[in-house]
Parts: sequence; structure tokens; C-alpha cells
Amino acid sequence: MSRALQRREDVAGYLFMLPSLIFFVGFVIIPMFICIFTSLTASNMNDTTMFGQFVGLKNFAKLFEDKVFQKGLVNTFIIVIVSVPTVCAFSLWVGSAIYKLNNVALSAFRCIFYLPVVTGSVAVTVVWRWMYDNYTGILNTALKGAGLIEQNINWLGDPKTALGCIIVILFTTSVGQPIVLYVSALGNVDTTLIEAAEVDGATDMQVFWQVKWPQMMPTTLYILVITTINSFQCFALIQLLTQGGPNHSTDTVMYYIYYTAFKLTEQAGHFGYANAMGVVLAIFIGIMSAIQFRLAKEK
Amino acid sequence: MLTANEAARKKAYKVISVIVLVILAFLFLFPLYWIITGAFKPSVDIYNPKPVWWPTEWVKTNFNDLFNKRTAPLWELAVPFSQFFTDSHKPLIWSTGPVLPAAFRWLINTVFMSVAAMLLTCVTAAMAGYALAKKRFRGRAIVFSLIVCAMALPKQVILIPLLKEMAGLHMYDTLWAVILPTVGWPFGVFLMKQFSESIPGEILEAARVDGSSEFRTFSTIVIPMVKPGIGALAIFTFINAWNDYFMQLVMLPSGSNSTISLGISTLQNDTTVNMGLLMAGAALAAVPIIIVFLIFQKYFTQGITMGAVKG
Repeated sequence: MSRALQRREDVAGYLFMLPSLIFFVGFVIIPMFICIFTSLTASNMNDTTMFGQFVGLKNFAKLFEDKVFQKGLVNTFIIVIVSVPTVCAFSLWVGSAIYKLNNVALSAFRCIFYLPVVTGSVAVTVVWRWMYDNYTGILNTALKGAGLIEQNINWLGDPKTALGCIIVILFTTSVGQPIVLYVSALGNVDTTLIEAAEVDGATDMQVFWQVKWPQMMPTTLYILVITTINSFQCFALIQLLTQGGPNHSTDTVMYYIYYTAFKLTEQAGHFGYANAMGVVLAIFIGIMSAIQFRLAKEK
Repeated sequence: MLTANEAARKKAYKVISVIVLVILAFLFLFPLYWIITGAFKPSVDIYNPKPVWWPTEWVKTNFNDLFNKRTAPLWELAVPFSQFFTDSHKPLIWSTGPVLPAAFRWLINTVFMSVAAMLLTCVTAAMAGYALAKKRFRGRAIVFSLIVCAMALPKQVILIPLLKEMAGLHMYDTLWAVILPTVGWPFGVFLMKQFSESIPGEILEAARVDGSSEFRTFSTIVIPMVKPGIGALAIFTFINAWNDYFMQLVMLPSGSNSTISLGISTLQNDTTVNMGLLMAGAALAAVPIIIVFLIFQKYFTQGITMGAVKG
């Protein structure tokens, strides 16, 4: 390419990029650097300056002694480890069960499983709160009617069940997108390969695992990554339903970040500490994504 | 060849899987059903320890409660950028709407916020996506990898620094504090890049030879070709902005610029929880966005798929 032409491409390219870059740099990149930097300071809500006093790695050292943070980390991992495989397996099954149906049925099912996402976390949460309710909730009545339980269970008030309840709601709001993705991935599988395998006498199971599954690997990887990120960030459900309780049984890192920054009474607005947790969370998500990429590549 | 036995087994599996799917579909629809019927149930039904599957009587009391609880002016229009010039850094209000139930104000705020985020995202992302896909400018690879890396990061961890930034810009507690970061999120650029890849280079080359300016090429050739992508991105951004509760919670603390999600969550925090009132609020928040989704769902599924499959 000639130099004049290259310059023309440069100018045009950056002019087209400019509006988007202003927003991207201003409201994503800069806050990211502020986040990393303030995690090393004692910044708080009442600071007049952007950054507080520099304290080095003190915030990170404090994290290692913070029992609530550790509990939150454990809960976050429980949520991720339970929800990611179940969401993937469930959406894979639903996807493969509906992708061959006729168009009307296919879009109906796809819509229905996507509805909890569209409904929005607040509306979804308030209705689940009612369904879980100790006295007027439908879940207790239904389970008693089926003879599965004898006494009403205080689902959200019992440390043994509260986290499970959160995971169930998270599950219903997480499967929509993976199902859409699997349906289209299954539709794109090379049909000649499937026919060839069938002619050779492969069973349905063999066709699925040896022909379709390898071709869907990029989709699966994408689903793993987005579901992991979503599960790590589980916040609205907890803030609206249990606020980390009872007895920290539903605290997650994301909720504790919010709590430290806005709610904690004696150190409210402790932004430096909250940002340190944010950095740790981002590192964990980065590691998880890298592991998933590595595993998917090996296969 | 299939034996009769195998064929029968295949058929049985198919029938069973459809039955299971239908049951699951009912379970997934149930919360929505419960919201809508709950919103119209009288309080006898709501507090009945035995669940009432169908309202014994359809009443409007829950909606009356919702609308009478709080009032707010229907709109408050500020002079743009006036917050930089007033002593208190509060914007100058030049027009105030009639005082009506606050729920209407929440809806108007939410619609404004979602539409503004949608329009800005579509314009900026369409331009940037085209540049990334078709312009060979220097530094393109770096910009693109920065965008992909940013997408994998949790959006919420940068909310606190964003809050400080917005406070510095005197936009904290205004709807712009939610809109601008939504526009900055690079998913849209990524999606539009995927759609723009399919534009044939020869057409662009021909336009250049004919002396068409860069902007003209973009508006008359590129835009029509990536229209489905813009549609997908528009609906995607609209729904995400509407439902991004965490961002709204952090950025809009005072309640005067409340969105519908925030409004309902404050109803929930009142001491005695009135489930009927909550269901009315939930219905008001969920039904409009579900209708939007159902109308545009074709674009929507296309968009999600495009972002992943070609990624």
C-alpha cells in the first residue's frame, strides 16, 4: 500500500473509531485504571481528590484476614461450580431437543426459556421472593401437597437452603442465551458428515458426541465463559433477596464489594478496599477463562 | 437400516422429550403468570396460605396502591451542561411536568435511558465496527484486542471508579451516569465488526474509485448492508439498559431520577411487604420490555448468535 493510501486509511479509520473510542476509553479503560490504582490507596467516598492516601498492598493484605470476604469467595465459587455445568448441560439438552422441531414450536420454546432474562432481575426476584415465602409461598404448599416435606421451610431464612435458592433463580435467568446459541450451532453442523456417519451405522449417541459435539466446541467455549462471568457477578438477586444473610450464607464477592462501598456502617464508602476486591475478582475471572480456553483447545 | 425396535425407541424418546420440554416451559412461564395474576388479586387471595391459582376476583387495588403511593413530576428537563455553571452543580430545570404517580415518571426515565443508550450505541458501534472490519489503519490489531479483553472483564467491578468519575463530571445521580457507560461497553463494536466483515471489499473499492467520500460510502453503502446487525444491537442494548439494575442502583441514589427497576426495589424495602403491590410493580416493569422483546425477537436471536459464532 502506498504511503498516501495508508495515511488515508489511518485518518478514515480513526475518524470512524473516534466516537466509540471516546466512550470506550472514557468509561471503560479509564475507570479500569482508576480501579487498579485506588485498590492501592485508602480512597473513600468523602475524598475530595480522585485518589486517597497511598497505602501499597495493605488492602490486599487485609483481604487475607477478612473472614467475610473469604466466605464470600467460597460462596462465589460454589455458585460458579454448581451453576456453570448445570446451565451448560441443560441448555445443550434443550437445544438439541428443540432444534429439529418446526419453526413455530422452535421459536416458542426459545422465547419461553429466554423470558426470565428479558423480564429483568428485579421483577424476577420479587416474584421468587413471594414463591419462597414461608407462609404464603407456593413452593411450601406444592411440596407439602406432594408429600415431600411436612413442615414449612423458611427457604431464604435458613442458611442451609438460602444459597441453593439463589442458585435456582440464577439458573432460570442464565439458560436463555446458551439455548439460543446451541440451537443455531446445531443448525450449522455439517449435515453431510452426519449422513455419512449414519450410513456407516453410527447410533444417535455416537453421531452426537463424535460428529456434532466437536463442531460445537467454539460455541460451548463461549457459553462457558459468559456463564462463568455471569455467575461470578451474581449480585441483584442477593441484594434484593437476602442481602448476604442469613449469617453470611449468601454473601458473594460482588455483593461484598457493594456492601463495603455503600453499606458497611463503620467504614462506609471504603472505595480503596472495595476496588481491591474488584481487582481480585477480575483476576479470578481471568484465570477461569484462561483455563477454559486451554481445556477447550486441548480437546 | 433401522430395525422396527430401534425406530420405536427413537419415537418414544422424541415423545418423552417433548413432554419434558412442555413441563419445563410451564415452569419457566410460571413466575410471569404469577406476577400478572398476582397483580390483580385481592389481598384475601394474596395472603391465603393456600395458593389461589386464579384470582377469585380481578381487582385494580394493587395498581391504585402503586400509583397513589408516591407522586413525582412527569418530567424535569434540564438545560444541557448547566450543572457546570451553577454553584451547587445541580442542573437548571427549565421545564417541569404535571405531578402524577411516580411510577409514570419511573417508566419515562427508563424509556429515555434505554432509548438514548440504544441510539448512541448503534451510531458509535456501527462506525467503529465498520472501521475495524474494513479499514486497514495502523494500530487496528491493538484496538481490537483491547476491546476483546475488556469484554471478558466483569463490568461491575469498574462501577465504583465510574461513580467517582461521574461525580467529577457532575453527572452523578442523573440518567447520563447510566447511559454513557452503557454506550462505552465494547460488545456493540465487537458485534458490528462481525456484521461488517461480510461487506464485499470490491463494492467499497468501486465506490472509492468513483470518488465517493468516506462518509458517503458509509451512509449509502455500509449502513444498508449491516442493517440486520444494527437491529440486533439496538434491541440488545435496549433490553440490557432497561434491566441493568446494579448500574442504576449505584448511579441513581436519590430517587428523583429513579428507574422502574429501582422504584420497585424501593417498594420492596418498606417495612411491611405488600406482595400484591410488588406484583403490580413487577408487571409494570416486565410487561413493556417483554412486548418489545416479542416484537423484535427475530433480530435479537440473530444478534446473540452472530456475536458468538464468528467470535
